[in-house]
Amino acid sequence: MIYVTDLHKKLGEQQVLSGITLQITRGQTHVILGRSGCGKSVLLKHLVGLLQPDSGKIVIDGEDIAGLPERQLGRIRKKVGILFQSGALFDSMSAAENIAFPLREAGLKDEEVIRQKVAEALEMVDLGGEQEKMPENLSGGMRKRLGLARTIVSRPACILYDEPTTGLDPIATDSINRLIRRLQKRLSATSVVVTHDMKTAFHTADRIAFLHEGRVYFDGTPKELLAAKDPILVDFIEGRSTESEE
Amino acid sequence: MLEFILHSVGSTVLRLLRYMGQLAFLARETAISIRVAPLRWGLLVRQLAEIGFRSQLVVVVTGAFTGAVFSAQTYFQFHRLGMDSAVGAVVAVSLFRELGPVLTALMLSGRVGASIAAEIGTMKVTEQIEALRALGVHPIDYLIVPRILALVISTPLLVAECIGLGIGAGYLVATQVLGVSKAYYLTNMLSFTTGRDIKMALIKGFAFAGLIGFIACEEGLKTSQGAAGVGRAPTQAVVIASLVILISNFFLSFLLNIFFPAGTY
Repeated sequence: MIYVTDLHKKLGEQQVLSGITLQITRGQTHVILGRSGCGKSVLLKHLVGLLQPDSGKIVIDGEDIAGLPERQLGRIRKKVGILFQSGALFDSMSAAENIAFPLREAGLKDEEVIRQKVAEALEMVDLGGEQEKMPENLSGGMRKRLGLARTIVSRPACILYDEPTTGLDPIATDSINRLIRRLQKRLSATSVVVTHDMKTAFHTADRIAFLHEGRVYFDGTPKELLAAKDPILVDFIEGRSTESEE
Repeated sequence: MLEFILHSVGSTVLRLLRYMGQLAFLARETAISIRVAPLRWGLLVRQLAEIGFRSQLVVVVTGAFTGAVFSAQTYFQFHRLGMDSAVGAVVAVSLFRELGPVLTALMLSGRVGASIAAEIGTMKVTEQIEALRALGVHPIDYLIVPRILALVISTPLLVAECIGLGIGAGYLVATQVLGVSKAYYLTNMLSFTTGRDIKMALIKGFAFAGLIGFIACEEGLKTSQGAAGVGRAPTQAVVIASLVILISNFFLSFLLNIFFPAGTY
C-alpha cells in the first residue's frame, strides 16, 4: 500500500534521511525503530505529506505524493491518519468537538450522526462518557487516546502513530499497545508505529524496520530481529550504550 | 569600519526584503484561499465579534479623548489669532485624514494583532497547525482567511466610529467648555470636510487592516522554540505592525493626496 523509495531529507545542515527505502504492506502493523533523533518522526511526517522530501518517492495507493501541492494532499490525508506524539488536540475544543472536527470538515451536517460517531470513537479508545472534558483536564494517556479517537473517527485506511507511548507510565503504555493492536484488528487498518520502546515494538509489530544513520538498517519480522547478531541491533534491543562510565 | 557598516546595512535590507516577501507570499496564499476554498462563515462571525465588537472600548476611548484634547489644543492656539471658528474644521479634517485611521490601527495592532499572533503561535508550537493539515484542512483557509476578512470588514467601521466620536467629543469640548460658537464650528467643519476625506479615512482603514492581519498571522505562523517563542510572537507583531503603520501612513498620505487632495477646491 505504501512504497517509500530512496527518500532523502535535509533539515537545516543535518542530513536526516539518506536514502530510505521501505514497503508497508496493507493491513499489517509496521513498527519503525531507532534511536532518538534518527529521523523516525521525520519519515512518518513524509508519509502524510506534512514534510516534503528533497528527493525520492512516496507512493500511496499508486500515487506519488512527493511534491504534491498542499491542497492536493487533502484526499491523501483522508486515507492516512496520524496520531501525534503530543496528541496535538485543539485546546479550545472539548473532547467531543475535537473528534467531530474531521467529520464536520468532511461536510457531515447531521448532528445526530456526528454525536453517534463521536460516542463510538470514544468507546473504541475506552474514553466513553468523556465527551465534555477539555483536553487540559485529561491525563497524558487520555490525551493520546483522544487524539487517536479523532484520527480513527473518519476511518482512514492507514494509521500512523508517532511515539504513541512516550511519557506514559507502564500501565498506560501497555493499555495503548493493546489499543493499537485492537484497532488494527477491528478497523483492518494498515498501521505504522514509530517508537523507541521495545515493548511497544514487539507487542504491536507484524514487521519491524530499524533506522540507523538515515537508512533502513534492518527490515524483518520481530522474530528475525530477536535472532539478529548485528551488534548495533543487539545493543539497541538490550538497551546497552557503548559509552564507558569513566 | 566601513565594511562593518555596509554589512550591517546590507543584512538589514536583506532581512527587510525577505520579510516583505514572506508577507506577500502569505497575502497571495490568502487570496488563493478566498478564491478556491469555501468560506467558513461561523469562524468569520466569531472573528468579527472578537475583532470588531470586542474592540469597541479601546476605539471609543481613543476616539473620544483624542478628539477632545485635539479640539482643546487647537482652540488654545487658534484663540490667540482669533480663529476660534476654524477649530471644528481642523479637528474634523485631521481626524478623517490622519488621526482616526492611524490611532485606530495602532490600538488594533495592540489588541487584535497581539492576540492573533499569540493564538496562532501557540497552535504552531503545540502541533495544532500540523494536526489541521493532517486532517486535510488548509491552515490558511481555517486560520488566516477568517481573521483577515474580519479585520478588513471591521477596521474601516472602527475607524469611522473613532472619527465620529472624536468629532463629537471635540464639538462638545469646543462649544460647551471653551465657548466656541456652535454655528461657526459646525458650518466651518462641514464646509471644509469633503467626501474625499471620508474616502481617504476608509482606504487607510482597509490598508492598515491588511497590514495588521498579515503581520500578526505571519508572526504567529513562524513561531518556534516553545513558550519563549510564543512570548515573542505578540511583541514582534505589535512592534512591527505599529512601525509599519506609522511609516506606511506617511507614504499613503502623500499618495492618497494625489487622488483625494485636501481642501474644498
